[in-house]
This record gives sequence, structure tokens and C-alpha cells, in this order.
Amino acid sequence: MSAEHAHTAHHQDHGHDHGSHAAYIKGFLLSVILTAIPFGLVMAGGFESRSLTAVTVMGFAVAQILVHMVCFLHMNGKQEEGWTMLSTIFTIVVVVILLAGSLWVMYHMNTNMMPQMDHELMQGFGS
Amino acid sequence: MSHVVTDTTTDNLGRYWELKPHHHPEGASTSLGFWVYLMSDCLMFAVLFAVYGVLGTSFAAGPGPKDLFDLGLVAVNTGMLLLSSITFGFAMLAMFAGRQGATLRWLGVTLVFGLCFLGIELYEFQHMIHLGAGPQRSGFLSAFFTLVGTHGLHVTFGSIWLITLMVQIARRGLGPENQRRMICLSMFWHFLDVIWIGVFTFVYLLGMI
Repeated sequence: MSAEHAHTAHHQDHGHDHGSHAAYIKGFLLSVILTAIPFGLVMAGGFESRSLTAVTVMGFAVAQILVHMVCFLHMNGKQEEGWTMLSTIFTIVVVVILLAGSLWVMYHMNTNMMPQMDHELMQGFGS
Repeated sequence: MSHVVTDTTTDNLGRYWELKPHHHPEGASTSLGFWVYLMSDCLMFAVLFAVYGVLGTSFAAGPGPKDLFDLGLVAVNTGMLLLSSITFGFAMLAMFAGRQGATLRWLGVTLVFGLCFLGIELYEFQHMIHLGAGPQRSGFLSAFFTLVGTHGLHVTFGSIWLITLMVQIARRGLGPENQRRMICLSMFWHFLDVIWIGVFTFVYLLGMI
């Protein structure tokens, strides 16, 4: 009986992490900083190495997404008995496979196929 | 005989599963269900990002990101969405405190920021189309308009939802139904902000490097 009581109490507890003014303001300030730095970096021309700039900008994006997840969406491992976190992790895995796979495959397709679509070759077909 | 068999089966099942029917409060699973919807939406955006990643350098001898994008405008737009996120947060806090007037005021502020975002985005689109860089110009521009436009469409529908919810709260107060709707819309709104982080990073910032 007491176990059932705990169960119901737990159910009602699900929506109870509403955050606080402090959490929202902390999230907002962190987001502003994490947005301003990459924007400033790119607008100022970036580092010498373009790939270093790109990696830095993407690092800031990942950090900001995590800030949003925690401060605005109140994500933690306990929400809905872990199902929220589990579905999120599953989605991230699929997204990474999808993005990395598409870019990888299409990049190789492009580098391997493009020479045959060359202008001279096309002319060769015509003659 | 069969009765005995069923009995032992139930006993075995009962050891691992909860067989007794128990009452779920109405709407208990709504936020998880809505989260799963958002994750499926995330997959759709992932496909559009992948398309942009593949086609993003196919300019068809047309204009590229550096000819078209204005980072200052994008920074202002990002600020609008960020501000609307925190004002929605304040609306949620006002709602949980039971203050209907404050909730409606914060939702109104959120709506204004959302509409500013849409206005700036439409201005950007209109400006690009005016320059002859419409979605039919190149693979890069098709992918750009599809990805950014889909996000904008989400913000549009989020704004419509926001207006209808404001009307409902004004009429019926902050009952459990409207609280549930607010929780769903807040997830939707913050989720769109997360997608926008991906958009301004991958499309605008990486395009301008």
C-alpha cells in the first residue's frame, strides 16, 4: 500500500521541476555569452585556420544546446522515470548517424563522380 | 486443468509485470508524448540539415553565403528568439505561481519577440529573392530556403498556438488543462530555439567563415 502511495506521489512529481528565475536568468546569460563569442569570432574574421574557427564555432553550439536543455527544458535523468532522457539519447544517436553518414557518403560520391561530369568529357560525348 | 495453468501463468507474470489495473491521472503522459513528437521533429530537421550539408556548396555559379548573408541581422534575430525564450520561461513561472495576469503579459511579450523574429526573417527572404537569389536559383539556395523556412514555419505555428492559448487562459483561467498546454508549448518554443542554434551555427556562421 505504501508502495502504491509512493508511486502516485512520484507520478504527480513529474512536472514539478519548473525551474526558477535564477535558473532561467543563468541560462539566458550563458546563452548570450555562448552566442556572442562565435558571432564575434566570425565577424572579426576568425582564426588563421578556417577549420579551427569552424570547430570552435561548433563547440560553442554544442555547449549552448546543452545549456538550453538543462536551464530551459529542465532535462535530467529522472524525468518520466528516465524515458525523456532515453528518447533524447536515441534521437541524438540517429541524428549523428544520419548527418555524418550523409555528409561522408555524399562527399565521396562528389569527389569520385564529378570528374566524369567534366565539361571536356561532356563535349567528348557530343562529337 | 486449464484454470490451474492460467493461475500459475498469472502468478509468474505478476512477478515481473504490474497486472492490477491502476489509475493514471489524466494527461500524466502528455509531456512525455509531446517530447517524443519533438524528437521526431528533430529527426525531420536533421534530414533538412543533411540536405543543406550536401547541397550547401552547389552554387550553380550563383551567389554564395558571403554574398547574401548579413551576420548583424542574424545576430539580432538570434537575440529576438533568445529573449522570447526567457520571457516564455517567466510566463511559466508566473503560471505556476497562479498569477494569470502576469502569465498573459509575459506570453504577450513572448509573442512580440516571436513576431519580430518572423518579420526579420521574412525581410531577409524578401531581400534575397529581390536580389535574384530565390529558392530556384541553386541547390544551395533551395536547401537554405527549405531549412530556414521550415524553422520559420514552426515559429509561425507556435505563434498561432500562443495566441489561441492566451485566449483560452484569458477565458478559462489557469486550470490543469491550460497548464498542460502551456507545458507543451513551452517545450515546443524552447525546442525551436535549440534548432535555431543549429541553423545559425551551420548555415550562417560556418557559411561566413
